[in-house]
Amino acid sequence: MTEIILKIRNLHVTFDTPFGQVLAVRGVDLDVMKGEVLGVVGESGSGKSVSFLATMGLLSSRARVSGSIVLDGEELIGKSPQQMRSVRGRVMSMIFQDPLSALNPVHRIGKQISEMLQSHQELTKKQAATRATELLDLVGITQPAERATQFPHEFSGGMRQRVVIAIAIANNPKLLIADEPTTALDVTVQAQILEVIKRVQQQLGTAVVLITHDLGIIARVADRVDVMYAGRNVEQGLVDDLYDHPSHPYTRGLLRSIPRPGKERLTPIAGFPPNMISPPSGCAFRTRCEYATEQCETTIPELKLFTDLQTACLRANELPDFRIAQ
Amino acid sequence: MRGLILGFALNSHSQRITPRQMALSRFFSHKAAVISCLILLILTLFVILAPFTARYGVNQSVQLPPNSFLTPRANAWLGTDDIGRDLYSRLIYGVRVSLMIGLVSAIVSVTIGALVGAVAGFRGGRFDDIVMRITDLFLAFPFLVTLLIVRNVLGAISWIKPLTGEMNSVRFIIILFSIFGWMSVARIVRGQVLSLKEREFIEAARAVGASRRFIIRQHLIPNSIGPIMVSLTFSVVGAITGESTLAFFGYGPQAGEGATSLGILVGAAKGAVQTGYWWLAVFPCLTLVVISLSINFIGDALRDATDTQLDRGA
Amino acid sequence: MFRFILRRVAWSIPTLLIVTFLVYVALRVGTDPVESYKRSNARLTPEKIRQYIDSNGLDPNYVLGYFRWLKNFLTGDWPRSIKGSREVWPALKDAMANTLRLGIAATVVGVIFGLILGLVAVLRPGGRRDVLINSGAFLGISIPPYISAVLLQLLFAVYWQRWFGTSLFPTSGVYPAGHTGFDLFLMLKYMALPTIVVAIQIVATYSRYLRSSMLDVLNSDYMRTARSKGISERRILINHGMRNALIPIVTVAAIDFGAIVGGLIITENIFSYPGMGLYFLKSFGDGDFPLLMPWMVIIVLSILIFNLIADISYAWLDPRIRLE
Repeated sequence: MTEIILKIRNLHVTFDTPFGQVLAVRGVDLDVMKGEVLGVVGESGSGKSVSFLATMGLLSSRARVSGSIVLDGEELIGKSPQQMRSVRGRVMSMIFQDPLSALNPVHRIGKQISEMLQSHQELTKKQAATRATELLDLVGITQPAERATQFPHEFSGGMRQRVVIAIAIANNPKLLIADEPTTALDVTVQAQILEVIKRVQQQLGTAVVLITHDLGIIARVADRVDVMYAGRNVEQGLVDDLYDHPSHPYTRGLLRSIPRPGKERLTPIAGFPPNMISPPSGCAFRTRCEYATEQCETTIPELKLFTDLQTACLRANELPDFRIAQ
Repeated sequence: MRGLILGFALNSHSQRITPRQMALSRFFSHKAAVISCLILLILTLFVILAPFTARYGVNQSVQLPPNSFLTPRANAWLGTDDIGRDLYSRLIYGVRVSLMIGLVSAIVSVTIGALVGAVAGFRGGRFDDIVMRITDLFLAFPFLVTLLIVRNVLGAISWIKPLTGEMNSVRFIIILFSIFGWMSVARIVRGQVLSLKEREFIEAARAVGASRRFIIRQHLIPNSIGPIMVSLTFSVVGAITGESTLAFFGYGPQAGEGATSLGILVGAAKGAVQTGYWWLAVFPCLTLVVISLSINFIGDALRDATDTQLDRGA
Repeated sequence: MFRFILRRVAWSIPTLLIVTFLVYVALRVGTDPVESYKRSNARLTPEKIRQYIDSNGLDPNYVLGYFRWLKNFLTGDWPRSIKGSREVWPALKDAMANTLRLGIAATVVGVIFGLILGLVAVLRPGGRRDVLINSGAFLGISIPPYISAVLLQLLFAVYWQRWFGTSLFPTSGVYPAGHTGFDLFLMLKYMALPTIVVAIQIVATYSRYLRSSMLDVLNSDYMRTARSKGISERRILINHGMRNALIPIVTVAAIDFGAIVGGLIITENIFSYPGMGLYFLKSFGDGDFPLLMPWMVIIVLSILIFNLIADISYAWLDPRIRLE
């Protein structure tokens, strides 16, 4: 049995806002295996980013986090800020959507990588600089030694994201969380970045959590998938299984809504994303689901094994078959 | 991410809050600003109802010399000055003059400044360059130096005298501060317009063929209300403080028999310190500071309330 | 970078000429130099008046007159004051020295304290310290310098004297009357009150600048990246936070300092401190054109030079600007 590097159980995150309490994450259970790529899919507001910001301990003090997050055997919830600082950047790292604003504009690239190295390893400035250049080479930046002396604004978007990746993997973390890493990039560059992530993952054996709303990216790169909606998990499983015969109506809706040549009409999911201050009772998806019954109003569905997928739907075994060809 | 949280918290059919309501609610959460509003309101009421709230005329002696310079007492709540005039009443009349100067010059400044700034920011090019250079120049010089020089120059131009009145008239001073004030406002509005210009909704307006004037009137100016209002408050403070600075050097407004302004009263404080008649110094200065502080608090709260970047720390 | 500096310096020359020309016009219109000259001197022959007009470049044609004045100024042929024919440069030099001393002392003290307070405030936004420091800053900004000057004078000189017999800090002048030579301790004693008055404003302003700038920086994405790296709080604050937040502040400080040469008029007036401020007030009141023009030139030079320094330091500190 493969090792679990990240185990999230019953994660709840609420925010106090002037408009009320926002229940961003309402009981998330998640496993990330060592060395795998887990794709986390959901709309904006599904809680996918917040869950992992909570894991990294990067949420503001206005957020309330409860539950259990175990990284490489250690419970993260309850750790002091100092302890978290030792974990961040060393055992796990995170990269974000916009590479330009993610880099400090007044520091040279090489220095930004060295800083990451020297905070967690005993290295001299020279050793760190050399390693920084090696990392730049690893992520596919040509003439790394020269580029290391340049500033972020001298790089293109794709190059910057490669730098961000280089920083994140500098200390060989066991887990890399990538929050929409390609959303801000051109399509051609997207493919390159995904390739870099895949390559890095294979070479260093890092587990990667790829958060995105783009199903195409998941299909390309991920081993397993977790679909989230309204702050909860909705379906989990191997990529091929999920894409071939999804059980949950939401997943089905997502797959059906992908435009395909030959298909004449677009089929979106009816309805609107839920209000996270007062989400619908029971199953939050029921307001948009064609199969909803009274039962769905009162009971919150838990993930249960159905065929080879974990599905959170009370009526999973009653739904008609679904094949992607439809 | 913050915007995201609030964004999806607010969507669908739950609450509808207009930007104005949001701004108002944020403004009123600043306790200091609310207190300042109350204080200013009470002050303004006192000042407007002057003949009733003042106890004596502005030039009326409570007690003729040689027994003047009375300390605060029953028939002269804040004491009297060198010729026995009641300080409390004079203070009310004085504040009236100064507030008028402050408000009128601020409104004129902001009107001119907002227009110039909006056009400069939007059109760019030559006009913008020239406006920027002129305002740069004026704003770079030490304030008092420019104030005194412009005052003299303005006073020397004989053909506008019918419009401005004498150099020590209230009208003249209002015009003087309007000339100064519009420049800072223009810069602020220009900055705001420059950043708005890049936003997509302006591009969209252009794409559907909206005329330049329409865009300025319907899109740019309403979206600049925040900075404009903030400039307004700071212009008022600037004018009131400036007026007292002028009065300090003896160039304050002399509008009629024994008439006074807050600035003149404050200016007398210097002498009062040496002679020990502390009330002549303390009360006018206190009034000036309270007015100044209140307006500053309000301006600051306005700035926070209309800031389009939500959630900045506090 | 070098070309950038060169270009800016090149632009300064025409700017200098235009600005001094405008000042020249403003002074001629505003103070009527010839009339002032006549007023200050009882028996004037047409000969003397002609000489005055010539040496000061007061031709009826403003442009010609300006160039005549410029020529005299640049060749060092400076006309003398209308009162008592005093030489301009010695008085100006002393005034400048006094004001610079006061200005530098107040700026150094004010900026350092202001930045420290601003930093302390922003470490916990909305917290007690923040509220306290912010309110204090507000108070500092809202009290015009002459009020704080007068209050301090009251406190330290008048009342202190009443309670303790002597005055802790003197309230006027640079040295006691009749003192000659250089005495550091005495000088500091006399400078204390005016420095405090000026520094109050600076502390208030800069604490708010830093707070505002830091808030902007602390909320930016690269701070989130810095935190996700797991580096120490101190490093985040200084190398990322302050390093970026100070950029606009350095620029503003340079510009503010350029304006300080002529910006201490009120304070100098209240403390009878013989600096550039008093010099200006006296000469402006007298309409003393020969005294005024060199003073103005120094002000303009100071502003231009420090604006240039501000631009250069901005480019040096923020690599994004260097591309231009």
